[in-house]
Amino acid sequence: MSGYDAVAETIRVEGTRILATLIRTVGDVQLAEDAVQEATLAALGAWPVTGVPPEPRAWLTVTARRKAIDLIRRERARVGKERDSVELLELSQPEDVDLLRLVFTCCHPTLSPASRIALALRTLCGLSPTQIAGVLLTTEAATEKRLTRARQKIAAARIPYRVPAETELPDRIPAVCGVIHTLYTAGHAPVEGRQAYDVDACAEAIRLAELLHELLPEQPMPTAVLALLLLTEARRPARLDDNGEVVTLDCQDRSRWDADAIARGIALLNDSLLRSNQQADPYQLQAAIAAEHARAARYADTDWPEIVRLYDLLVSIAPSPAASLSRAVAVAEAADTTAALKLLDEVPVSPRWHAVRAEFLAREHRYTEAAAELGQALNAQSTDAERHYRERRREHFLSLASTATEATEPRH
Amino acid sequence: MAQYLALTYTADVDWWAPEQADELAEYRKFGVDFADSIKASAVLHPTQTATVVRVEGARGGKVVTTDGPYAETKEALTGYYLIEAENLDEAVAIAAQIPAAWGGAVEVRPVIAAK
Repeated sequence: MSGYDAVAETIRVEGTRILATLIRTVGDVQLAEDAVQEATLAALGAWPVTGVPPEPRAWLTVTARRKAIDLIRRERARVGKERDSVELLELSQPEDVDLLRLVFTCCHPTLSPASRIALALRTLCGLSPTQIAGVLLTTEAATEKRLTRARQKIAAARIPYRVPAETELPDRIPAVCGVIHTLYTAGHAPVEGRQAYDVDACAEAIRLAELLHELLPEQPMPTAVLALLLLTEARRPARLDDNGEVVTLDCQDRSRWDADAIARGIALLNDSLLRSNQQADPYQLQAAIAAEHARAARYADTDWPEIVRLYDLLVSIAPSPAASLSRAVAVAEAADTTAALKLLDEVPVSPRWHAVRAEFLAREHRYTEAAAELGQALNAQSTDAERHYRERRREHFLSLASTATEATEPRH
Repeated sequence: MAQYLALTYTADVDWWAPEQADELAEYRKFGVDFADSIKASAVLHPTQTATVVRVEGARGGKVVTTDGPYAETKEALTGYYLIEAENLDEAVAIAAQIPAAWGGAVEVRPVIAAK
């Protein structure tokens, strides 16, 4: 690997940890980011000449710390007085605790939900403002502005960089879980791009979920989030075939599912349910739905009535267009497409809505309408794999429509 | 330590009216309980006593005054506390003890430290 590639690779894989460590030692997000940036530049200058150091991450962390000290000195000289005692603590604490602190700071309740997610995607996952804009369906400029404002607030209002006390946890955990779940969803189903999923964002989300669960093992919500992510991730290898084409749930090769991850996800879900004595939370319900799919050895064995029941609960406690859309699909499988089509009328229209409606219409042999719905779905942004799949379905329905017309047309 | 200005937004009341006595006592209690953290405070006369001052053009221009508050809102600015706290979590915990927090709202703003 060349020096340049080594720098890029180290930053890609270890950048978040280096940044988290720096933020703890210097106590300032902006300063830490600047320092890591300068250390990266230094590495780009040095490694191609000196060779890649034996421990690239340690090299970058130490260099970034030195750069931070330089930046503080420069700042002091500029304002002509000593800054508030910025003490550079020793790097003695485990880095995972740094990461958790960073998670709780990014997910602080005094920041708006949109800012929390943008900040986590930028700081914890290293996504670019362009990528974040894609995930949050906004513009790059708006994302930049949001990030700048959030950082300014953290610095000016002194949002503390710490893990909350035990008594504060129930209030603080849902925001963190929300960010981790959104992060996974963003990696699992990006709006556009060549890859159907971004492996790093998913892996990063699972790592954060593991970490949160490991540090707060008795909290049911982080346990449920980890269960949900593992159960979803377990089926990922079967979502695309060898040519990168989408494979729907009914056609997936279930031997490609990760049985270990499924077993662990189900165990975690049970543990989470045992620990919560109140109504199930949205993550527990979604994990339970994923578990139902994972348990079925064949598609035909799926317990659709149970899945409908779980979706009913989910829609009642955490209504969302995505949950309502999935409930309609479950109803189509459990009962009939007429009921499912009626349910769709209450769900906001989206590309996926059109694609789902197309499948319902096709079941009722309304192929021309089904093809038209897919045409609508194809007008919007999507991943290449998703686009190919929808194009294939549209052609399939069009050919069925012409066959059906020929069959019913009177022959002369 | 950092300083925060906690602005209280509540119904636009006359604090000296007899029916405000009980609530005013609650504010006094807050003042005593958090005396160490409160660096300054004030209660304001109702917004009907307010005057908005503007100078036309530039410094030295004609002084124009208008009767009433700068912004008409359902909840009015009725007082403030200058609070000293280690960080925002501490400041929020203190602000949550101000009676205005449940009778209206408290806006917590970090104060720029004097150089």
